[in-house]
Amino acid sequence: MTLRSFSHSYPVLGGAYYLAGRAASDAKRRLGEQEAPAEFARRIAIATYEAEMNICIHAISGEVVIVMEGERVDVVANDRGPGIADIGLALTPGYSTASEKARTMGFGAGLGFANMQRCADRFQVSSQVGIGTRVEMTFLPRPEENPGGAAPCS
Amino acid sequence: MQLAEIAQALGLTARSGEQHLSREVTGGCVSDLLSYAMANAHAGDVWVTIQVHPNIVGVAELLDLTAVIVAGGQEPEKATLDKAKEQGIAILTSRETAFTLAGRLYELGVR
Repeated sequence: MTLRSFSHSYPVLGGAYYLAGRAASDAKRRLGEQEAPAEFARRIAIATYEAEMNICIHAISGEVVIVMEGERVDVVANDRGPGIADIGLALTPGYSTASEKARTMGFGAGLGFANMQRCADRFQVSSQVGIGTRVEMTFLPRPEENPGGAAPCS
Repeated sequence: MQLAEIAQALGLTARSGEQHLSREVTGGCVSDLLSYAMANAHAGDVWVTIQVHPNIVGVAELLDLTAVIVAGGQEPEKATLDKAKEQGIAILTSRETAFTLAGRLYELGVR
């Protein structure tokens, strides 16, 4: 698999639940078109969706930047919002500060970061309280993810 | 097992994606937490939930689910059905609870 070079920034607006998910959907479509391994595409789609939803749930606004190059995909989610005072606590599965509305919709169960960590091959969160949060993820094909693509000529 | 056979056996009402009733169902997931469904549902699954907002279509699309079954007599939002029709995602509804639907799906061999 050699991905075509691609870089794009997708704006995400806080509270606009119905609009979130575009970056994940676009990434999935692009990877599918290039016959990337299905499980590789799935990991990227899940983690990107969670990153978008986190901005939507917690921040005022932000953007998700996707960069594809060779065998590597980087996803950076950057937001302007309340920030995270205790990142270790925020990464604890089940911990969430999401609003009642978000929880009623089935978000904010404290599983988002856990999904991102499980799916990404490199995962880092940095934050400044009162300014915003940045999540950086890198994805590389794993040995068990057999590359798709056309069968070799016989 | 085909989605159409399941829809008939369980008395489900197809609300969108009727053109996909011939698709195969290879497994299932029950959850009202979207992140849990993201982590545990797989391509070919039916997802049973009582969530009715458009993000269920987004999850179904990202995971290549065969269908979303909205349980408990919940009515999908119009925006959900519009998005599902636009993206070709099958949404079916049932008056049965998620518990009953999961049991009956299991009995039918979806596991």
